[in-house]
Amino acid sequence: MALLEIRGLAAEVEGKPILRGVDLSLPEGEVHAIMGPNGSGKSTLAYVLAGREGYHVSAGSVRFDGEDLLAMDPEARAAAGLFLAFQYPVELPGVGNANFLRTALNAVRRARAEPEIDAMKFLKEARAALKRLSMSEEMLKRNVNVGFSGGEKKRNEIFQMALLRPRLAILDETDSGLDIDALKIVANGVNALRGEKFSALVITHYQRLLDHIVPDKVHVLSEGRIVRSGGPELALSLEESGYAGLVAEAAA
Amino acid sequence: MSAVAETIETVSAVTEGGYKWGFETEIETELAPKGLSEETIRLISARKNEPEWLLAWRLKAFAAWQSMTEPGWARVTHPAIDYQAIHYYAAPKKPAPRNLSEVDPELLRTYEKLGIPLSEQAALAGVEGSRVAVDAVFDSVSVATTFRKTLARAGVIFCPISEAVREHPELVRRYLGSVVPPGDNFFAALNSAVFTDGSFVFVPKGVRCPMELSTYFRINARSTGQFERTLIIAEDGAYVSYLEGCTAPMRDENQLHAAVVELVALNEAEIKYSTVQNWYPGDAEGRGGIFNFVTKRGACRGRKSKISWTQVETGSAITWKYPSCILQGAESVGAFYSVALTNNFQQADTGTKMLHLGPDTKSTIVSKGISAGRSNNTYRGLVRIMPRAARARNFTQCDSLLIGDRCGAHTVPYIESRNATARIEHEATTSKIAEDQLFYCRSRGLSEEDSVNLIVNGFCREVLKELPMEFAVEAQKLLALSLEGSVG
Amino acid sequence: MSATLRETGENFSARYHGLAPRLPGPPDLRRRAADWFDRHGLPDTRDESWRFTSLRPLAGIVFSRAEDQDDTAPSLLARLPPTEAPLLVFTQGRMRADLSRFPAGGRAGISVASFANEPSFGNVPDSETEPLSALNTMLAEDGARIAVAPSADGGTLVLLHLASGNAEHPPAFHPRHQIRLGAGARLTLIEIALGTSIYLHNPLTEVVLAEQAELLHLRLQDESAAAFHLGSLHVALGPGSAYESVALVRGARLARSELTAAIVGEGARFALHAAQILGGEQLADITTVVRHLAPGASSRQSIRNVLTERAHGVFQGRIAVDRIAQKTDGYQMNKALLLSEEAQINSKPELEIFADDVKCSHGATVGALDPNQLFYLQSRGVPKAEARAILVAAFLGEMLEAIPHSWGRSVLEGAVQSWWKDRPV
Repeated sequence: MALLEIRGLAAEVEGKPILRGVDLSLPEGEVHAIMGPNGSGKSTLAYVLAGREGYHVSAGSVRFDGEDLLAMDPEARAAAGLFLAFQYPVELPGVGNANFLRTALNAVRRARAEPEIDAMKFLKEARAALKRLSMSEEMLKRNVNVGFSGGEKKRNEIFQMALLRPRLAILDETDSGLDIDALKIVANGVNALRGEKFSALVITHYQRLLDHIVPDKVHVLSEGRIVRSGGPELALSLEESGYAGLVAEAAA
Repeated sequence: MSAVAETIETVSAVTEGGYKWGFETEIETELAPKGLSEETIRLISARKNEPEWLLAWRLKAFAAWQSMTEPGWARVTHPAIDYQAIHYYAAPKKPAPRNLSEVDPELLRTYEKLGIPLSEQAALAGVEGSRVAVDAVFDSVSVATTFRKTLARAGVIFCPISEAVREHPELVRRYLGSVVPPGDNFFAALNSAVFTDGSFVFVPKGVRCPMELSTYFRINARSTGQFERTLIIAEDGAYVSYLEGCTAPMRDENQLHAAVVELVALNEAEIKYSTVQNWYPGDAEGRGGIFNFVTKRGACRGRKSKISWTQVETGSAITWKYPSCILQGAESVGAFYSVALTNNFQQADTGTKMLHLGPDTKSTIVSKGISAGRSNNTYRGLVRIMPRAARARNFTQCDSLLIGDRCGAHTVPYIESRNATARIEHEATTSKIAEDQLFYCRSRGLSEEDSVNLIVNGFCREVLKELPMEFAVEAQKLLALSLEGSVG
Repeated sequence: MSATLRETGENFSARYHGLAPRLPGPPDLRRRAADWFDRHGLPDTRDESWRFTSLRPLAGIVFSRAEDQDDTAPSLLARLPPTEAPLLVFTQGRMRADLSRFPAGGRAGISVASFANEPSFGNVPDSETEPLSALNTMLAEDGARIAVAPSADGGTLVLLHLASGNAEHPPAFHPRHQIRLGAGARLTLIEIALGTSIYLHNPLTEVVLAEQAELLHLRLQDESAAAFHLGSLHVALGPGSAYESVALVRGARLARSELTAAIVGEGARFALHAAQILGGEQLADITTVVRHLAPGASSRQSIRNVLTERAHGVFQGRIAVDRIAQKTDGYQMNKALLLSEEAQINSKPELEIFADDVKCSHGATVGALDPNQLFYLQSRGVPKAEARAILVAAFLGEMLEAIPHSWGRSVLEGAVQSWWKDRPV
């Protein structure tokens, strides 16, 4: 069985149907991309998987490592190994980044019945991760995302991912608003984790991120459904012909 | 109402001194004897041919008033008001006109001088599309109401309230006092006992009022008070924009103005109520001027209903006024936009109350106070979130500007929340005109006075933009005139 | 209802008239306070400055004079982290030499006396015509008198107010404290109020800072959950002096903390960071008046309320700028977090300004925890209860982290943490 099994998933936001029956299977160790035009439901899918309030699942099921993902609280999903890199990371005034990360890391470790990590060891790991991502240690002292530029916020998401080592990372348009250097840092962050025990759903509007994170599979989401799936070449053909043709084809 | 703006210029060219509306109209007036008693009330009621129920209603309000005392919590001081030294009824002697051609030419000239076109042709000849229907209230009576036929075709009733009492008794009886009960406060009780005229507006279900409605209040007679009462009802889905303006002659004495305005908005209805208040403010030594004690309140009874109050307060020796919204209907919206400018010895204590009763209600308060001379200017506002007002939102911004070091600027907000899902944000600042702004303007060739006017207008922009365009132009000039003599 | 509140007031008046000849100090001011109190009694909500805070819970309670008695002081003392700092201990409003720890013969530059031995009412404006001050003026029997000599560094002094209440015969005590810093003197004063059972604590504290003096004033009000705290603090700031205070209110069934600051010296600096963390049926009220009576001074007030269950928080704050107080920089921020459906907040931030060249502002926000922030924390694996605690701690954190005194900080931080532990989420 695949790590993530989405079956006939339908979801509404404020009574408005957004997802209209998504089927997707993501085997462990693979990276899949989800592409699609604006308003196709990409971010909704990410939030439904992470368990955000206000996203009402009206039909379908999601299994994560065989468990019923939709029955879990957001923190239980994180403990189970799911990580969402937010499209718009939230600012937490008064909460220091280091303290936040250690609390999160230890919460996840507790849930997995692993021993908590002490401050010294945490700091060592955090510094190492920052170095790998070519990020400044200053990051640890600042409040979570407060006063960060758009690019810094996205890199902070990748930094968190590197520390929390999820089994499944969902990157929600992490590439939007990034220059090419930042984009490479994000891509390196993901690629460094790639392996048998790491899977990712890379949600993006553009091909360019997929030049750096080459996916095993590409799915096209349109009007709340996966209308096409294929190999990395599908992303390239989309880049050339746009979504319009595909969407029309799907409607036909 | 560009005619208004032009008139201001014309009048300012021929009069000396600060207040340009201070002339008096020579007209024969019928006055009730001075003093307030049941007899006075019976006389007012008889003059207006009122039904028995309304007389009873007035007498009940009078009884309530007698047991009340003047409120003392506002930051205003004034010599005691002698309620027995006031004429409670003053009306031009000529019999009531049946149509515009019968209106006393002296009155027509008065309104012309004030820049209020009472002839429909004149109004039509104005800027294309800016038609405004006017109800002109002179002392205690309405002397003319224009465009009534056009409005009637749309189903809109716009007439003096005394006429509405006779012609539409069921509507008046249902809504009068339903937002501001006769015993609500000292001045509202007084008004309920002796109110003379004012406007009545009824916009039926689904109707968008085809033109702006406006009432122009004028106090003329000596030793009189003005006690008008306005009632506006917008049924389901209706929309109306209403403007009021007010002026009075220059006199050494203080004259009392105690009005009540009630607004009712049913489901998805919207009422925009704008005021440019320019009662005589008294002279530079603080002699004379109107005491303006006004109760204005709107009830957003229906779902998604909206009421917005916009006021530019430059006149009156004393302003005591808190246009409020009762946000009862779910998702109803209240707004209060205010500019209050005080100069010389003026005192203003003004603000709003936003009472959130229903879920998902929203309110916005933007208040700009400008104090100059030896004046005192207070913003006083209440935002109250009741337990059932889930997800209610309020945003308040009140800014004060001080010009000169003999004046005072005060901010007294009351913020009360009893619902955890509500969100309230309040910001207030007090400052003087920034030297660098002033210097920048002057280095570009503006005089100091023009620079101050420019900066003050900028300070008020958020509020002025809420006014209908022609009114906004008038308001800007009014601010400049009211600031005269405050610089240098 | 008001009749019984009146009775409670009359009971205080009667106590004064019974004790008058035996009360320490000059009798005139007491008599004037008693005259005023006889006429007005305890305030009710018709009084504008008491509109949000009803003293009704006091109605019908007959408070008695606090007698010396065997008390629970040692167990209360054990609640605090250990410290080497000099300690002045009061129980039921009386100074306890036996429990205090102050070097014999005093320390260089700092002197300590008691009101009982050296009574003086100081110079507190309106102390016979403001309800809480008048009650204190009328009935004060003891208190601390602390003076730091010019240019001396008084170090740290801990003032402990311990109370053993009594449910049958609740005691009331009215200590009167005076803290005077000479020109250029410095002191860190840490005040902590703890207690058990029912009582009324009605302290009046006068702080006088001469030119260039600096006081760091840390306060923890952690009275018994059944007690009443009605306190007033009056601070006078001389030229160039600095008053900085961090205050945490978490105790008492009904609490009112009044603070009046009179900035009479040019260029003085006043800063108050206060928080009220309340649950159950608690009502707590912080009422401040900061008067700028001299030019070029600054005042900063930052008030936080964390309210859960059926708690009711009140903040009234006025910045008053006199005509001569040009170049005043006044700022005030009041924030409230409502964590439950039935919690409520009343806030009345006021500006009263008569000088034109000033910069004054205030702000207020009321709301619940931000659901986006909660979700973000949860999505990183932090359980909801812990996520709420983190956000509440962050809400208070800025104020606590900045405390420039490690023992004082640990006392206040400990009080926040233990408060949170006691809350069912």
